[in-house]
Parts: sequence; C-alpha cells; structure tokens
Amino acid sequence: MATLKKSSVLPGFNLTLGYTIGYLSLIVLIPLTAVFLKTASMSFDEFWQVVSADRVVASYKLSFGASFLAAGINAVFGLLLAWALVRYSFPGKKLVDALVDLPFALPTAVAGIALTALYARNGWLGQYLEPLGIKVAFTPLGVLVALVFIGLPFVVRTVQPILEDLDTELEEAAASLGAQRWQTFRHVTLPILLPALLTGFALAFARAVGEYGSVIFIAGNLPMVSEITPLMIITKLEQYDYVGATAIASVMLVFSFVLLLIINGLQAWTAKRTGRDR
Amino acid sequence: MQRKSLLVGLFAAGLLNFSLAQAQTTLLNVSYDPTRELYQEFNPAFTKYWKGKSGQEVVVKQSHGGSGKQARSVIDGVDADVVTLALAGDIDAIAEKARLLPADWQKRLPLASTPYTSTIVFLVRKGNPKGIKDWGDLVKPGVAVITPNPKTSGGAQWNYLAAWEFAKRTYGSEAKAKEFVANLYKNVPVLDSGARGSTITFVERGIGDVFLSWENEAFLAVKELGPDKFDIIVPSLSVLAQPPVAIVDKNVDKKGTRQVAQAYLEYLYSEAGQEIAARNYYRPTLDKVAKKYAKQFPAVTLFTVDEAFGGWSKAKEVHFKDGGVFDQIFTRR
Amino acid sequence: MAGAVALHVGGDHAARFEGKAATRETPLVKWTIIGLALTFFAIFLLLPLLAVFVEAFRKGWETYLTALTDPDALSAVRLTLLAALISVPLNLVFGVAAAWAIAKFEFRGKHFLITLIDLPFSVSPVIAGLVFVLIFGAQGWLGPWLFDNDIKIIFAVPGIVLATVFVTFPFVARELIPLMQAQGKEEEEAAVVLGANGWQTFWYVTLPNIKWGLLYGVILTNARAVGEFGAVSVVSGHIRGQTNTLPLHVEILYNEYMFSAAFAVASLLAMLALVTLVIKNWIEYQAARSYRTTYGTSQQESAS
Repeated sequence: MATLKKSSVLPGFNLTLGYTIGYLSLIVLIPLTAVFLKTASMSFDEFWQVVSADRVVASYKLSFGASFLAAGINAVFGLLLAWALVRYSFPGKKLVDALVDLPFALPTAVAGIALTALYARNGWLGQYLEPLGIKVAFTPLGVLVALVFIGLPFVVRTVQPILEDLDTELEEAAASLGAQRWQTFRHVTLPILLPALLTGFALAFARAVGEYGSVIFIAGNLPMVSEITPLMIITKLEQYDYVGATAIASVMLVFSFVLLLIINGLQAWTAKRTGRDR
Repeated sequence: MQRKSLLVGLFAAGLLNFSLAQAQTTLLNVSYDPTRELYQEFNPAFTKYWKGKSGQEVVVKQSHGGSGKQARSVIDGVDADVVTLALAGDIDAIAEKARLLPADWQKRLPLASTPYTSTIVFLVRKGNPKGIKDWGDLVKPGVAVITPNPKTSGGAQWNYLAAWEFAKRTYGSEAKAKEFVANLYKNVPVLDSGARGSTITFVERGIGDVFLSWENEAFLAVKELGPDKFDIIVPSLSVLAQPPVAIVDKNVDKKGTRQVAQAYLEYLYSEAGQEIAARNYYRPTLDKVAKKYAKQFPAVTLFTVDEAFGGWSKAKEVHFKDGGVFDQIFTRR
Repeated sequence: MAGAVALHVGGDHAARFEGKAATRETPLVKWTIIGLALTFFAIFLLLPLLAVFVEAFRKGWETYLTALTDPDALSAVRLTLLAALISVPLNLVFGVAAAWAIAKFEFRGKHFLITLIDLPFSVSPVIAGLVFVLIFGAQGWLGPWLFDNDIKIIFAVPGIVLATVFVTFPFVARELIPLMQAQGKEEEEAAVVLGANGWQTFWYVTLPNIKWGLLYGVILTNARAVGEFGAVSVVSGHIRGQTNTLPLHVEILYNEYMFSAAFAVASLLAMLALVTLVIKNWIEYQAARSYRTTYGTSQQESAS
C-alpha cells in the first residue's frame, strides 16, 4: 500500500484506506458482483434475448428518454432558479432557497402519492389539465413530472456556487466593450457555467434513470408504454425470473458506472475552469 | 457523551422490543391483495377461538400484495406459516421452486384447499353510462377497461381467462378468443401490478369506464366508497375463482407452529369462519352459511379453470409465462 | 455528486450584482426570470408538498392522530428509526475514514475510488434490493445455509438495515472529501510535527474544522435512510407490525383506501424532510459564521 502514495508525515493512511476499501467491498462491490455472477450463468444469446426483448427496449426508451428530458428541463429551469436566487432579491427568497433541497430529503414514496394526488384526473391540477386534453398521471408524461421533481435540486445546487463566485469585472468589461446583456451572457457567463451546468444535468439524469419510488405511483405501468426499467426488474423478479432480472440490472449497472465516470470527469473540468478546489 | 448514551439506550430498547415481539407464538399469513379486510376480521376471531381451545396466545401477522409477488417473497424466504393466495398456480410455484411444501398440497384440505370462492364481475360508474352488459361490450371503441397486470396479479389472470373463455364459447375458436382478448387489452389505459392498485385507479382516480374486479372487491368498493357512485354488472358467464390456502410445511416445522397453523386454516372452514368470509363478500362453501347469504350473491353461470383450460399449470404455461399469449398480445401493439 | 449535496456557505450576493449597471438586467427581464423560476418552483415543488399536508388533514385531526398512533404505524416508526440508527453511524465512520485517506494523501487510483464510492447514488434502489435477495434469499447463495442455521437476513431487520446502509453509503464521505481537500493538510502536518499522535490530530485539529460538514452529512444520510422505499420494498416482505418501514406503511395505507391515513404518515415524513432542511440552514449559518471569524469577513473567502 505504502508504495502507492507519495510520502507524507500524516499517519493513518493504511488504516483509513484499508477500512475504506474493506467496507466498500463488503457493502457495495461484493453485493454488486452478485449481479454479474448471476448474469454470467446465462449464455450470451439468452442474455441478449432478455435485454433486447421488445418490452425491455421500450422501457429503456422511456427510462432514458424521460430522464434525459427531465434533466434537460431541470437544466433550463434550474439555471433560471439559481440565477434568480443569486442575482436578485425578491420576497421569500430565503424560503425558496431552503426548499430547493426538498426533493432530496423527501421520501420518494411520499413524492409519488403527492404527485399522483395532484395530477390524477380528479386531482388539483389534473381536473384542469384533463379537459385540455393533457393527461399526466398514468402516462409517460407523469413519469417525466416525477423525474423533474426528484432531479430539481441538482442543477440549482451545482450552478449556484459558481454563479456566486463570478466576478462582476468580467461582465463589466464585456459591457464596456459594447456587448449587450444577452451577448455577455451567451459569450461570457454561459461558458463559465457550462461545466457546472453539465454536471448538474448528468447528476439529475443519473438519479432519474434509477428512480423507482416516486415513479411507480404515477406511471400507470402499461407494458410498452409507461413501464420504466427498474419496474421491469421488479416484474421479472415477481415472476421468479431471477436471471432475467439480473440481466437487466447488469445493463443498468454498467450504464450507471459509465455515467458516474463522466460526472467525475465533468467535476474535474469544473474545478479546472473555475479554479475552485472541488 | 450524554447524547451518546441516550442513543445507545434507544438502540438497545429497539432491539429488546424487537426480540420480545419475536418470542410470542406468531403466525404469518402471506396473502394476496383483496383479502385485507377479510383477515383483519378473521384473525382476532381465530386468536380468541384458539385461546379458548388451547390457552395459547397467538398473534397473526399479515402480508398483502399481488399474488405472484407474494409467492415470490415466500420462495425467497419470507417465513410464512400459511399462504392464502389468489390461485393454485402461485402456491404450485412455491412447491416447485422452493420445495417448501409437497406438490400435492391441494389434496390436504377439503374442496381442493379452497375454503371460500369468488368470481369476476364488472364494476361500472353509477347508471352505467356506457351501457356495459357483458364481456362483448368491453372491446367497443371508447370503453376504457381497468384490470391489473396478469403477469403479477392473480385476479387479473382470472379476468383474462374469463374473457378468453367467453370469447371462445361465443365466437367459436381459440384464434377468435385471442383476437378478442387482444382487443380488450387495447382498451386498458392503466395496468397496475395488483388488484388493489387497479381498484384505486378506477375508484379513487376516476379512470376507466369498467373495472374487471373480484366480486368481493367490487362489493367492498361500493360499500366503502358509496353506493351512489358505482353499479355492479354481472356478465352472462364468469369464472369460478378458487383462491386456495396451504400450510408451508418447511416453515411451520422449523418454527413449531404446525398445529396452530393447521387449526387456523381449518377455522376458515368452520361456521364462524365462513360467516366472516361471507360478511366480507367471499362466497362461502359451507351450505348452511351459503344459504343464509344466498341473496347477497348474484347468480352467475360459472366455469372452472380445470374444465376450460385443463388446470392452472397449463393455463400459466400457455398464457402467462414470458413469451406466452399475453406477451404476444402486448408486444404486437 | 459532491456539488449537489455539499454544504453551501453562500450569503446574499444580490446586492453585489444588482448594484452595477453591467450586471443588472432591466426590470422586465429580471421579473420574467424570477416569475418563470418561481412558477417552476411552485408547480414542481411547493404544490406536492402542500398536497401532502392538505390531504393528510382532509378528514380532520382525529383521523390524523389515529393514523399516527396505530400500532402498525408505531412499529413502522420504530423499525425506521432502528434502521437509521444503525446505518448512520456505520456510514459516518466510513465517511470519515474515506475522506481522511482521500483528502490527506495522494495515491494512484484515487479518482476511480471516488467513483466507486459514488456508485450507490446512481444505482437504482431496486438493484440494491435485488443484490441482497441474490445473496441472502432462500434461493440465493447463502440462503440454504442461513435457513439451516436459523439466521434471517432478508425479510427481517438485518436485510432492511443492509439495504439502507447501501443506499445512504456515499453521503458522509462525499460531504467530507471536498471539504477536507479544500482545507489542505498544513494544520494537521503542523500538529504531527509538534508531536501529536494521529488520533489527537484528528480529534483536536481536523474535527473542529469539519464538524459542520460532518453534521450535514449525518442529517442527509439520516433523511435518506428514513425515506428509502425501492430497495427496502424488495427486501421487506411487507409483514405489518414487523418488517414495515414508514414509507412502506404509507404504501400499505394507500392501498387500503385509507388515503387520509396514508397522507398523515406521509406528512410525518415530509415534516422530517422539512426539519432536515431547517437544520441544514442552521448549519450553513453556523458554518458561515465560523468561517467569518476564522478568515475575516470577506464574502469571496467565505464562499470557497
């Protein structure tokens, strides 16, 4: 171990790193290996048949599509919200700022039943939307709404500190060179925010793809239409199809891991761009 | 430091509490969705009966969910003493995959281990605005049908098979039946994983024109949520639904609860048990109680899965396994 | 994921931007942005929260209290607290150890290790439940052995705790790593050079510096532990009065036509979420104050 690190006078490297890796292996890595080992008990053809079945593919499209869209919506409105919170004063600002983290602290099942109560045909919002021909609950749109909710804090919270650190001089320089506000934003501010914005987007996306609790209440769970991939895993499990469930799980796991590598790369980029040591 | 010791104290209290709860004689009944109210009434009655008979204190714990999901939990290790599921096929699965009880479990209690029966009826909105009278009306354009997912819900499999048998008898062939059922599912806007989820979709969320429901579930919805809101429609033909019960041998032998588990299931057949079943809108099998409650249950022409489909395992194999008829219907859309 | 959950010591910057012409928008643009942002906020965040409380009290106080004092509800509260009480300290110790190793030392594979620590955050909770079924389920690897030795893991308290530990795994570590990296290691090195042992260094030098971040990590972990649904749902077995946690109890009540009761229990959880946010804000306030007293009053510094 000691050869891995550069020398330091501080003690406890072997102990803490050893503990970290041991605990990580016990709680996360070994259990996750179970998924791949179980999947390995099927031949590649069988595996392919399960993970490329029409219903499963439809669920990927919904899970990844809706998550991507939800993260996109959050990127736009999250940026607006962060902008308003940092740059303007308005009544109730402190409260809004504090409540942004709510989706992170609120249990997903609670979010699920609350959203269903709002958007069902006889719900608070549903009763006005339905006559307009907009059905939210029990359609892919409902999935989208739930995913927007759970992903909301991520963009706001990644963009906000960067916005706060922004020097006013840059924009003043742009203005003195004759740039319009919009041009300044487009060519000066946005490029600085971009890495953080992308990080927030990717975080919201990663969280949304795996989300289960809030979605199943509002999704309607119709095969080929409104089944998310985690529900496919549950459905397989409930039919005693353990290998089928793990095959789909392994696809999702690989995806999560790749996404995380991208996110950590993005965060390194943010740090470099803004000189923030995070 | 003080806070720390408080935490430790709480923690110990929690553990203690838990182990105390474990020490009593506890029966675990793993059941399907619509039996919640039935066993809520039946369990205290049995506890009292058993205390009087043997002097033993027994606590009955319940677990409910879609029938297939519940069977899965037992296979994976929920230590159920008794299972009271929606259909024989799910208990067969426990016998087959986990070998927790013998394959001929259904022969061990009277009437193929079925203490109460039920059937499938239609629940429609008050006044039946879409004029739904029989299975044939369900495939009409513009009729939204609510039924759970047959892959996970026992009730939904009864629905599906009843629709299939109606079409086979009416239109004369298996191919026509498949077409009929496919058209029916085209009219399904939400596919919940359990019967109870579907009831909520239809009753509370106001979705759909007709809900294919367990008879007891339909009666309960009308009773709990208002007779001014719903009507029950009885189709010309329906299926005799036989939700069976069984002791899970390996679990009771380990826990030493076989005697009380056996008594629990037998009590379902007793007059008191049958009364409770009837009060919760399950059709009693004991003649005396059946006569008393005859007026409550509409007369329907009923067929059994054994005569129409050659038994549950065959029906499951053909229709509900992955790639079976149900999957073909759905992926083709 | 650090940015999203990191302790955020901001302060109000609006005056700085609104004071200068070059960084100020016209009132029309300003209020359009505020309007759009707040509409989005109200529809997607405020309304669901409001719905929980309104639905909870729809049938009055009595129903509300009955729902919360029901024995099954109380046992769900107990189990939920137990799961949180075990998983929070476990992940706390891990978080501190991991942050020490990662922030205070340079070694190869560090970024890979951080990615692995993040994994439970992006893995679907359903998969988290599934893995424990594969290992400890009756048909799983250890199932037969556990059955013979009468040890219950899944469908019992240990399984619920394991699933909870898994889903709340990264939060303390991810809270502390950036914080400890930002603080550098000079203070600790000085302490060691002056003769303090490792434990003393940690206790008297590091801990006071990270206490707010640590506390925030703990309340975040606690909030997630209490609210976990997907993973626990797979390993619980839904035995009422025995293996039901609060979020699962919400689902059960919801499925029993007891909507008001379901929302009553849900409101309890929502209240807990709100308390979490209040504590978070208090911590941020305290942290900002201690930064100011340590590093002077400049906004610029306190923000980093």
